[in-house]
Amino acid sequence: MKKYSIGQIFLHLFLLMFVIAAIIPFLNMITVSLIPNSYILPTKPQILPESFKAISFVNYKKVWGRESFGRYFLNSVFVSSMATILTMFVSTLSAYGFARLNFKGKKIIFNLYVFSLMMPAVLAIISQFTVLQKLKLINTYTGLILLYVSGGVAGNTFFLKGFFETIPKELEESVIMDGGSRWTIYRHIILPLSKPALGTLAIGVFTGTWMEVFTALVVLTSKSKRTLPIAMKLLQNGRATEWGLIFAGSIIVLIPILIIFIIFNKQFIKRSGAEGAVKG
Amino acid sequence: MEKAALIKAKNPYPKKKLSKKQREALEAWGFIGVGFLLFVVFMLYPLIKNFIIAFMNYSINPNKPSTFVGLANFKRAFVSGGILEESQKFYLALKNTFLAVLVTVPFQWFIGIIIAIAIDSLRRFKLFYRFMLYIPVISDWLVVAILFKYLFQPTSGSLVNAFLLKLNLISKPIGWFENAGTANIVIWSLCIWKGIGWVMMMYTAALQDLPKSLYEAAMVDGANKKQLFYKITLPLLSSRTYFIIISLIIGAFNILLQVMLITNGGPLGQTDVLLNYMYNKAFTSFDFGYAAAISLIMGSILITISVLQNKITKKTEIEF
Repeated sequence: MKKYSIGQIFLHLFLLMFVIAAIIPFLNMITVSLIPNSYILPTKPQILPESFKAISFVNYKKVWGRESFGRYFLNSVFVSSMATILTMFVSTLSAYGFARLNFKGKKIIFNLYVFSLMMPAVLAIISQFTVLQKLKLINTYTGLILLYVSGGVAGNTFFLKGFFETIPKELEESVIMDGGSRWTIYRHIILPLSKPALGTLAIGVFTGTWMEVFTALVVLTSKSKRTLPIAMKLLQNGRATEWGLIFAGSIIVLIPILIIFIIFNKQFIKRSGAEGAVKG
Repeated sequence: MEKAALIKAKNPYPKKKLSKKQREALEAWGFIGVGFLLFVVFMLYPLIKNFIIAFMNYSINPNKPSTFVGLANFKRAFVSGGILEESQKFYLALKNTFLAVLVTVPFQWFIGIIIAIAIDSLRRFKLFYRFMLYIPVISDWLVVAILFKYLFQPTSGSLVNAFLLKLNLISKPIGWFENAGTANIVIWSLCIWKGIGWVMMMYTAALQDLPKSLYEAAMVDGANKKQLFYKITLPLLSSRTYFIIISLIIGAFNILLQVMLITNGGPLGQTDVLLNYMYNKAFTSFDFGYAAAISLIMGSILITISVLQNKITKKTEIEF
């Protein structure tokens, strides 16, 4: 057993202070969401429920049913899953092409990708809207998903290309010897060997899409098509003082992200270190 | 060259008459084609078109033609006067954006690096702290923005007011959203609160990557702990620091949801930032030309920062 020195105890106290500052707002939110009829602001902050009996899931029932969060949840699951699957498909194909094949214009296209990465996303949103308008894709999931997938092409190709290049070429030569095609190589060598990188990317794409507000707000206009974050924003506009209801909705938005974080926290922690992931 | 290619082309694909090069190019387009098409239609073309829209009085109604107006949109932003006084609002948004960068970046960075060093010097529970302090980072901006609005409610029962009252720092609850100064404090504290964990994670990862051999060599030479920290740890971390600070700056420039949900620019547009201003111009008043001009101004600021970053980091990158 190691003895704790004063220095170590001091460090723990110092860090615990920050942990408390990071967590207390969430505790406050959870507690309020469990109190029915929390219209009026209390006289003191409710960090923990007063008693076990005081807990009620009324707000969750209301927000899930009356405010149709159940439906929006499914909408979000659909949009995020589709965007993730399509992004993975398009980006892995594209990254393999750039990593292993030579063709005219390869350099130019790749530089265009890198250049677009330097451009802030806001620059495109207005004209993206007009493009979708011309294609009659405003207020459709197709339009929204297309924007999500297209927005990721450059960055994901860049990320995966680097990873694919680390896979030894000798492995592919054996496939060619056996008369296999490029497709066979991509399908049976590159993809299985890149599982960690693909996993990290898929988590990033899914959580990023799940939380995306800006593009969804621009593309989706009808009530029934809303994704969770937009529904959340509009709920906050419409029922500004029903904090219990608002926080119940917030927690529904947060739960999938937290579950993913708890299951895959090593990937999160690794990703934020190694590749210097984009700051969220 | 050509001969060699022809000979090779016979084997292993003798059926087709395409050269090996052509065949490879065809295959390559099979792989990159879809991605490239999507990229051109939904990213490249909009980026280019945005440049053009910024110089137009753009109409989204197809029956009403859009007209070229030259630099008028930029003039509206930068030069005061005219029928619709926009430049005052623009400068307010610009000022608040820069203020947000100036305030939030140093705090996030400083607190983040201190925490990272503290965690690195722990003997146990490192992972616990990293995990807990990362929760604000992964949480949805939208949710935490709403949450902060609640924490800063003007009553004495809201978390922040109650805390300050208990410490006797204030005598009566503060109405945080009543004036621009305190409303900005709420927005900034949210940015800092959410950003610290990210800086912490970047630095704890960097600290783990530091080569152990350097420390061993220094210890053999009789360096003490303090010297190790100031002479090895800090200089090696500085190569990451540029990347981290630039990311923080770009993040602070992109403040949108915080403002949109907490104050929506209020009171009277005094806490507005560029992105929220642009968004409202485009999608509330459908003034696309002007909004595109604002986005170009913002884009040029961000590109200048990235270019500067590339120049600076190339000079200071430490290889080990």
